[in-house]
Amino acid sequence: MNRREALSYVGILLGGTIIGADAFLAGCKPSVKKEGVFKPEDLALLDEIAETIIPATPDSGGGKAADLTMFMSLIITDCYTENERNVILKGIDKLKEDCLAKHKKDFINLTNSEKETFLTQLYEEAISYVKTDAYHKAKEDFDRQQDNWIKSEKERKNFGASYLRESFPPHYFTMIRQLTLWGYFSSEVGMTKALRYIDTPGHYDGAYPYKKGDKAWAI
Amino acid sequence: MSDNSYDAIVVGSGISGGWAAKELTEKGLKVLMLERGKDVKHIQDYVNATKGPWEFPHHGNITLAQKIANPNRIRGFGPSEINPDWWANDAETPYSEVKQFNWFRGYQVGGRSLLWGKQTYRWSDIDFEANSKDGLAVDWPVRYKEIAPWYDHVEKFIGVSGSIENLPQLPDGQFLPPMEMNIVEKDIAARVKEAYKDIDQRRIIIGRCAHLTETLPGRSKCQYRNKCHLGCPFGAYFSTQSSTLPAAMKTGNLTLRPWSIVTKVLYDKDKKRATGVEVLDAETNKTYEFKAKIIFLNASTLNSTWILLNSATDIWPGGLGSSSGELGHNLMDHHLGSGAAGSVEGYEDKIVYGRRPNGIYIPRYRNLNNEKRDYIRGFGYQGGAGRGRGTKAAEEIAVGAGLKQALTEFGGWSISIGGFGEVLPYHENMVTLDKTNKDKWGLNILAIDAELKENELNMRKEIISDGKEMLEKAGVKNVHGFDSSGIMGQGIHEMGTARMGSDPKTSVLNKWNQLWDAPNVFVTDGAFMTSAGCVNPSLTYMAFTARAVDHAINELKKQQI
Repeated sequence: MNRREALSYVGILLGGTIIGADAFLAGCKPSVKKEGVFKPEDLALLDEIAETIIPATPDSGGGKAADLTMFMSLIITDCYTENERNVILKGIDKLKEDCLAKHKKDFINLTNSEKETFLTQLYEEAISYVKTDAYHKAKEDFDRQQDNWIKSEKERKNFGASYLRESFPPHYFTMIRQLTLWGYFSSEVGMTKALRYIDTPGHYDGAYPYKKGDKAWAI
Repeated sequence: MSDNSYDAIVVGSGISGGWAAKELTEKGLKVLMLERGKDVKHIQDYVNATKGPWEFPHHGNITLAQKIANPNRIRGFGPSEINPDWWANDAETPYSEVKQFNWFRGYQVGGRSLLWGKQTYRWSDIDFEANSKDGLAVDWPVRYKEIAPWYDHVEKFIGVSGSIENLPQLPDGQFLPPMEMNIVEKDIAARVKEAYKDIDQRRIIIGRCAHLTETLPGRSKCQYRNKCHLGCPFGAYFSTQSSTLPAAMKTGNLTLRPWSIVTKVLYDKDKKRATGVEVLDAETNKTYEFKAKIIFLNASTLNSTWILLNSATDIWPGGLGSSSGELGHNLMDHHLGSGAAGSVEGYEDKIVYGRRPNGIYIPRYRNLNNEKRDYIRGFGYQGGAGRGRGTKAAEEIAVGAGLKQALTEFGGWSISIGGFGEVLPYHENMVTLDKTNKDKWGLNILAIDAELKENELNMRKEIISDGKEMLEKAGVKNVHGFDSSGIMGQGIHEMGTARMGSDPKTSVLNKWNQLWDAPNVFVTDGAFMTSAGCVNPSLTYMAFTARAVDHAINELKKQQI
């Protein structure tokens, strides 16, 4: 299967043409500018959201220190499916609208406490969202489409298809939160300050002392 | 000696090819080692071995474009910006799947010795006698006592850490000090031993592995980094680069030629001997011939067979070594991906320090001592206990310092064990040349047609039920079974397709790994395996390779080959 054929499979998978197909065909080279998929005016917003999810604490910087907007942009561009990309990008616009409607202020102008409360409510909304009948129905349809695609590809001896199986996107805030945690705990500040990173431990101890509150190993 | 003439040619530079080159050069032969891929220099080419994930734009995550471009590789170890490109890329290495077969190859100097799992176990006579006792396939022409000294020879050189256990089904070896089980593994091992002491004496031991726990010349001890797949700057795990290649180079007798795809063995039908090999230069597309008195095929199981299928077809349409009708047949692997897992309460005041590149091992205990299950042969388990990052609170706290705290602490302990089961040698599990599809060099690709059958599927059920029972008896909570891929090839232990035996009518190789049809050609990678056993096979390839070289040297002296 060459790459163009592979793309046609993904096209089927997504039920249409692929946006950014030229980038796929050119291979994987991170060519995203600082703002990447985000509107320039949203960078500060995403920085604030990331900092609210993982704030700076006395021992370690938070989301801002980890420069997560760059990471998020790259992952959304290069690693997300089109479906996931649409959900999260539309979600950012929705978040801005909801914040304005509720507080008459942009998210970045809220107090820290208002920011936490707002995102906590969004998180609760995200948990409820995946329990709705509408979500279940849409997910079932999506999963069935994937299963059918994988089955038909297997019949054509394309056994790699099942490894390209997409999962139906959750609520957009779940994705923002996951991206933040994922990026932070693989960032330099997250791994070396919030966690304990030892490149070369040198030996092994299978019963090393630990007390609640001690930092976990980064890897 | 002319430029293209050598005493011996070794095709492939992985685990067994490195051993062939070392042994042959140390015996004074001028050796040409051919490798189809690029060169990888020890240490200097392990460029990402000491970097953190944050030094890469995607923090090492695989991109969608990489997934789409690598429909085979993503079934195991997908490409990423951190991992070296040591698994063959899909675009240049197509193969046909009559049934799904996950084939992971290492096309570079060192081959898969750079990437292997390092688990290192001896076979026993229970394995060597299995075909004979079951009346299946053909009998192995070798028994343990013949191969034991070669296991000694190999283990002493590569460095194998392990514990002495006195188990008949898993002979002890020349071990460096064992790695350590962690506190949870030790306690569970003690409980399992007690629970089964009157049943089948099954036990949990520390894995035996080719990681140094004591310094060897030119190599340091394991530093417990567990970044082996990026190459070890300490040379602490056995690879061609860390171990056999420096030894072979030191003799001054080795010529290494990367980018050399061996397309066929050249055969002289009057002398009934191979005369050399034909090489396609992967970079220039030019063809060369190299001559030698003896040829070792170590191109990895399926590629050694591919070369034979392509060779001497004017004499045997099925290729060199096909006179028995067994060349390409009896493809095996180890089936894995089924097992059991659960959580372990307590031990909250303990964690592990260091990242041990090794786990626990449960040696085979089924179908021994006249036990009869609803399948023949057996399986071992590999696994480990550990403590994951993040407490349960992380799911409940939406955002903020509390969430951060919950994710920077350790959660509870858990344990997982997964089976490695024997796959029987079925004649119909086979590879052939795909006569219609070619790769970018115009070479016919391999078509693979193999599947697990009832014996393996029954065994997998017991791997799960036994695993659950064992963990429950050991006090593990929330025990659940798992059963992921039962796909052939996923074990990355391809074996067979040029089996050895005692009769040229039913086997491709004799007991010294020589082709019946061309005795100066030796096949000493996994292709020679007559059955699969259930332990990781690399040590056995190395031991048979060293033994075959010894035989080859003796035969050369006697002018028999």
